[in-house]
Amino acid sequence: MKSSVIIFPGSNCDRDMDVALKKFGFKNKMVWHNDNVIPKSDLVVLPGGFSYGDYLRCGSIAAKSNIINSVIEFANKGGLVIGICNGFQILIETGLVTGALLRNKYLKFICKNIFVKTNKAHNKYFNKIKKDILELHIAHNDGNYFCSQDDLKSIQDNDQIAVRYCDSNGEISENSNPNGSIQNIAGVFNEKKNILGMMPHPERVIDSCLSSNDGSYFFENLLSNMK
Amino acid sequence: MKIKVIVTPKNGVLDPQGKAIQQTLNSMNFIDVSEVRQGKYFEIETDLKDEKDAKKNVEDMCKKLLANLVIEDYKIL
Repeated sequence: MKSSVIIFPGSNCDRDMDVALKKFGFKNKMVWHNDNVIPKSDLVVLPGGFSYGDYLRCGSIAAKSNIINSVIEFANKGGLVIGICNGFQILIETGLVTGALLRNKYLKFICKNIFVKTNKAHNKYFNKIKKDILELHIAHNDGNYFCSQDDLKSIQDNDQIAVRYCDSNGEISENSNPNGSIQNIAGVFNEKKNILGMMPHPERVIDSCLSSNDGSYFFENLLSNMK
Repeated sequence: MKIKVIVTPKNGVLDPQGKAIQQTLNSMNFIDVSEVRQGKYFEIETDLKDEKDAKKNVEDMCKKLLANLVIEDYKIL
């Protein structure tokens, strides 16, 4: 399986993602934002970081890069696209997924492990993972998910909420909401569920010597669906 | 010609920075302040000569880049 990780000026999780993808068997290529065409890929990843220094709004400048048109084209043809953290913010700014990401409710940069409850229905990202709750890592200043009431109803009705912040027992409450996101939303799918945007970083927790190994389930499951 | 634009968070959208500023103002004894909304201000220098054309162009910029219409409103001054 072939993957491409797009590098923007200010990306800083691109190499972690490269390591993770290769570890689980993807043939990964790094692609510069100024290129016009994505190499032949089964999966495209927009990595975390601070593209363009978060100028204007997080992800807004990267969303106008040269490469983005071909990412949009790839996604519209049903290609699998993942945006993690800043990558999620970029997906939001391209309009490929619904909503917006505001400054964290308590104005703090949050860097810690959190738990998320995954949505396994009709998607290739979480469907066969045996665990319902994953321990992943977040590191962001602007991850406070927001959308209009109409959009919220629409993503709920279409089952597009991908991951929600919860506690270690899977309980979703205000106490397990690190950043003020509505409905504890940590990530969403597009309507067809080929695009996933989420704030938590699976690529940071892919080895038992790290604080969690739950990111491994994510990559293993994804690969198993693509074979 | 210079065109000026203000971008502000939409009503109903949480503005944690505005809230923090309001609380600080209150703690500084500006007790009359009940709400602060923080926005952005742009000055755009354009080569266009006609003000109507320039403002139309800036409106397009607002929709495509300067504002995120999910959470922000823009006003061309």
